[in-house]
Amino acid sequence: MKTSASTPWFFLAPNVIVIVLFTFIPIAINFYYAFTGGVNLYPTQRPGVGVENFSTLLECGSYFDPSSCRKDVFWQSIWNTAKYAIFQVSLMVLFALITAVVLNRKIMGRGFWRGVFFYPVLLSPVVVALIWKWILQRDGLLNAAMVAVDAHPVLWLAEPGWAFFWVTFVSIWAHMGFYTLILLAGLQAIPADLYEAAQLDKASPWRSLTKITLPLLMPNLLVVVVLAMIKAVQIFDEVFVLTGGGPGSATTFVVQFIYQTGFVEPVRLYGIAAAGSLMLALALVALTLLQLKLSNAEKAGERVK
Amino acid sequence: MKNLHVRTSSLAASVAAAAFLFPAISVQASDLRVQCYSDGNECEVTADIAKRFEAANPGTKIIIDKVPYKAVVETLPVQLAAGEGPDIARVTDLGGLNKYYLDLTPHLSAARQKAWQDNFASTLSWFRAGPADKGIYGLMSQLTVTGMYVNKTLFEQAKVPMPGATATWDDWMAAGKKVADATKTPFVMAMDRTGHRFAPLAVAYGSKYFDASGNPIIDDGYKLAAKKFVDWNKAGLVPKEVWGGLGGSAYRDAFEEFANGRIVMYYSGSWQVMRMDKNVTKSFDWAAVPAPCGPAGCTAMPGGAAYVGLKRTKAPAEVAKFLDFLSMDANYSEMMSKTDNIPASLSVAKAGVTYNVSPLAKAALNSFVADVPKILKPNFDLQGYRLNRAVFQPTAARLGQAIAGEMSLDDALKRVASDLDEQVKAAAK
Repeated sequence: MKTSASTPWFFLAPNVIVIVLFTFIPIAINFYYAFTGGVNLYPTQRPGVGVENFSTLLECGSYFDPSSCRKDVFWQSIWNTAKYAIFQVSLMVLFALITAVVLNRKIMGRGFWRGVFFYPVLLSPVVVALIWKWILQRDGLLNAAMVAVDAHPVLWLAEPGWAFFWVTFVSIWAHMGFYTLILLAGLQAIPADLYEAAQLDKASPWRSLTKITLPLLMPNLLVVVVLAMIKAVQIFDEVFVLTGGGPGSATTFVVQFIYQTGFVEPVRLYGIAAAGSLMLALALVALTLLQLKLSNAEKAGERVK
Repeated sequence: MKNLHVRTSSLAASVAAAAFLFPAISVQASDLRVQCYSDGNECEVTADIAKRFEAANPGTKIIIDKVPYKAVVETLPVQLAAGEGPDIARVTDLGGLNKYYLDLTPHLSAARQKAWQDNFASTLSWFRAGPADKGIYGLMSQLTVTGMYVNKTLFEQAKVPMPGATATWDDWMAAGKKVADATKTPFVMAMDRTGHRFAPLAVAYGSKYFDASGNPIIDDGYKLAAKKFVDWNKAGLVPKEVWGGLGGSAYRDAFEEFANGRIVMYYSGSWQVMRMDKNVTKSFDWAAVPAPCGPAGCTAMPGGAAYVGLKRTKAPAEVAKFLDFLSMDANYSEMMSKTDNIPASLSVAKAGVTYNVSPLAKAALNSFVADVPKILKPNFDLQGYRLNRAVFQPTAARLGQAIAGEMSLDDALKRVASDLDEQVKAAAK
């Protein structure tokens, strides 16, 4: 049976149209906005400003000191995002790994515990943030408990250090289940006879973990780290509801800076927001390429086996 | 027969598709969509008055779309910029949206134009692009005045007399501190997190907000007021989470703190009277006190919400007719009376408005009305300034950062000035 050359395009057309309309055209528009200035929304009413928006964002005495930058909040948000990505990803992957290893053992109520750790993933980020806001606000549950044991209440969301800690903690709590699940699948794919052989050789549990589990889980771990890193760089919704980016700019992340600059502030600087989003896109492209490289390396490794 | 059936089916399908794709087909030509946000019952009262308008003007239907305040502030400007949006909207950025407004003048008779000019003389300029603009664009549905609410019960319990009509901000803070100490109330005062509420403090301490050429500036009066306010926060007299707990210029009120008896005084405005009456009266006695003073005088910030006609409407004459109907003394007076708002119309104010509220709320409304003549010129100038939000925004964001301990007050003030300058320049492009 012969198929016309245009038949695949016929079936692909709906998806191609949707992707062009809602992905590629907005990307092209974003490029246009990044090189235009003013506060008008209509592209035809926006004067071209060349690379001014980028130079405004990049104008800094020292990139390590946001207060020396013209757009100090932008650089503060970049450093916040970097700090958050490092802490949140490393701690979350560590806890997810520990949880997966424990849940992979024959413990009582294993199915129940797997459900418990996965449950927060099912919640909307806004719901997660609201629940924790009620717990952490000045008159929240946590302070009520502290007062009950004669301890001083703490402004968990109004002190910069604590606010950052809780943003990281809540995010780990909400997303860890997803990564635990991926790692659990990886653990279950490790052949049981390897552990039996290790037992016969009287290998300690620590040696089994470091010589069998971790090396064989490494491909999954790398994918988890990169995926978590991409999600961490995109962090917005739950933090926006939980702290609004405050106190000050202590929990303002890059996506929130872009959103506020382009859509919330009374005088909307669409050009600056578009330029910022292109810079964020660069970071995400780099991370995505890393993930592709890792999965290709993993496939190549499987082929060699 | 089969052909007929097929044709009938395809005709029905086409009509259904057209109705789905072009919902406007099913809407009458003179349907007016009014996008309305509400502080209390403003949209419902407008809907009631609109029914009388519809009865008097068969063929015109008023559809009130009730939306949250956030939609008016964040979504409506984007809709309008994209050439979309309602025929009429209830807005608070009175000057900032000027380029989208419909000038009602050509659709009003000479007599009605005069009535608008006479009755709304003090607020018509707030909607205009500049001194050369003489258009009539909107009807103030709610004239607001900022002011201080106090927990009278706490003052009585502490046996501290309330400062008088000429008391300064410092006098109020000192008295509030005595009350807080005596009654073990955690904080003295809180102010809504917005540059709008900060403006009366700044003007009372000498800020003019504009230089001789009319350009917005951060002057010594502003700096003095900023120092006072940040110091109050740092001294623990004001709960720091209100201004310091959020990022950017996000708005936050402190009503809950006041209603829960956690602060002695609350700086907000006349639009909270109904909410106070409904939620606070049952808990304790409260009062709105005369505008706190400073070396430059006793002042408050005017403001409010207004119905404006929008240029994109396909029925400009009907829009003008409906807004004119709302502005007529009987209707306007009814709107003020039922929504417990201060009238912007001189004739209605002169005739007096009957408020059907509790004695506490009535006394508060009278106190706010008495503050109106005291308002100093810089506050009126700032309210009428087209880019006043470019002043309010960095005030909340940067003073919030100073209060959170993220930067010094001096740095925050430099940032307020540079943010303001950047936004004014961007808006001029």
